[in-house]
Amino acid sequence: MYGLGILKGLTVTMRNFFRKPFTVQYPEERVAQHPRFRGEEFTWYEERCTGCASCAKYCPLGIIKIVTHPGGEHVSEGQEYAIDVFDIDIGRCMFCGLCVEACPYDALFMGSGFEEGQYSRKDLVITKDRLIKADKKPSTWFRPQLESQQYNSQSESPVDWENAGREPWPYHMPVRPQSAEESLEQGEETK
Amino acid sequence: MNSLLESNVIFRNVYCFWAANPGNAEQCTPVGAVAVKDGLLPGGLEWLAYVMAGLSVILLIVNVYLVFAALYTYVDRRVLAKFQGRIGPNRVGPFGILQPLADGIKLMTKEDLVPAGADRWIFNLAPVVMMSSGILVLAVLPFGKDSFVVDLNIGILYVFAITGVNTLAMFMAGLASANRYAMFGGMRAVAQLISYEIPVVLSVVGIVMMAGTMSLVGIVEAQKVPFIFVQPLAFFVFIAGSSAEMNRSPFDQVEAEGEIIAGYHTEYSGMKFGVFQAAEFGAVLITSALIATLFLKGWEGPFLPSHVWFLLKLFFFAFIFIWIRATLPRLRIDQIMAYAWKFLLPLSLINIFVVAAEVLLLGDQITDSSGVSMDLTTSDMWIMAGINVVVAIVAVIGLAKITGMDARESTKVANVTRVIKGT
Repeated sequence: MYGLGILKGLTVTMRNFFRKPFTVQYPEERVAQHPRFRGEEFTWYEERCTGCASCAKYCPLGIIKIVTHPGGEHVSEGQEYAIDVFDIDIGRCMFCGLCVEACPYDALFMGSGFEEGQYSRKDLVITKDRLIKADKKPSTWFRPQLESQQYNSQSESPVDWENAGREPWPYHMPVRPQSAEESLEQGEETK
Repeated sequence: MNSLLESNVIFRNVYCFWAANPGNAEQCTPVGAVAVKDGLLPGGLEWLAYVMAGLSVILLIVNVYLVFAALYTYVDRRVLAKFQGRIGPNRVGPFGILQPLADGIKLMTKEDLVPAGADRWIFNLAPVVMMSSGILVLAVLPFGKDSFVVDLNIGILYVFAITGVNTLAMFMAGLASANRYAMFGGMRAVAQLISYEIPVVLSVVGIVMMAGTMSLVGIVEAQKVPFIFVQPLAFFVFIAGSSAEMNRSPFDQVEAEGEIIAGYHTEYSGMKFGVFQAAEFGAVLITSALIATLFLKGWEGPFLPSHVWFLLKLFFFAFIFIWIRATLPRLRIDQIMAYAWKFLLPLSLINIFVVAAEVLLLGDQITDSSGVSMDLTTSDMWIMAGINVVVAIVAVIGLAKITGMDARESTKVANVTRVIKGT
């Protein structure tokens, strides 16, 4: 009223004028990123992948392409198949992370970066070579074993497959150890 | 011829550099610092030196204006960013100071499009008209002590006559673009700028009455007390009206981005768009310079050189315009028109009556060769300042109550909608 509202507004903007800018000068400085961030640069451990293609099956968009042939090269943990092609088309990826959830051997991790911008859509397909060569800086998303190590992809060095950790039960055991709930259920059945 | 040589230092220096000779020694001796005995041109060619001096002064002023307009785009963006908690352009050059240069290069290398249905001649002419109106005003602006191209005795009238051409340029651009949004912008420009021209011109009448002259130099010299104190009402009307004439927020209906893309320059690209931008930012500088001249004693001030004082005042008002722009949202077109006709126009009329009565009562009549004029002493001006502050407050509050432009209007609107909805 009578211009007093304008004056009030002017004082508000003037207070902002003397405030520190909250923008971040991106290439030089970055916003702290959560370790569970589901990034573009997938981390894939060749040594663990058996070529079971669980990730490809669970992908809702069908953008993971896997070609394998039986036996062959030395594969440290998964021995059945050698992988010829492992393509992830992040041009259509929605980063739901179902592939990472599906992986029974903890070979696939979400990445931590967001700088996979390319000039051509063709280049958005992450090939096997690129996955092997890339810095192994996994996100801790859906990987409690990595999170319990307090791993932070932003501040720490890359992790190789031996240090990336496994889910608590060893995959090569013929029978999965029972959890408390499961043993309870079994007990009820036997009764 | 002699008046220019006497009053304008730059002009005199250039003139004497070219054509100093024993014939015009008495004109060139006061220069002192530049001890030129003989000019470069032989005798008899003084007219050429005169033309060259004029051209060099014009060249200097126009270029300084353009550089300042470019610099102001940078300052505007940085300061506005600061208001909004950002940093602003800081990549090109130190602190991003070369950003205007980068923008200029970008605009020049862009394709210059002319729409198929456009009226080519008028379309191409509009930016020129827009730019020239800004540059022509510089002819009478005093930038410092003895620094102006001409001291027109109708300086302020000339300024308003020339800045009025802005409206024409905007309407030309809107009309020739063959684009409905541009047409809307042009129509709004005509409606808004002509409406606001009236209170702005009328607010200056009080100043002319007090100064007794229309010359900008005369007005600066007449300010024993800055007119911002003597006529706060005129200052308010002038700053509100001129910010509307520059199409800046809160009065940027002419190029309201959310409604009509970019208004009258929607179809312009490349350097023609750049010229529009430069003219718009230049208009802010010119308006700030005018306000500094009319209300804040222009170049006068203690200690510092006169040009520095002028620039300080200019950038002070330019900052205030950015500040207002950062604060207020855009008004509706009917609100803008109502504000001009129902509020600013009566205020400026009240100002004229009050100042006229005060000048008549307080001033001492003096009659000299130029006619009858009223002389006001410093104490007279302070008395006027005291009266006018009270008048300003009473007028603003009273007028707001009469025209319903205070807070009651919004409640009235709310009541009406309630009646329509039947609740």
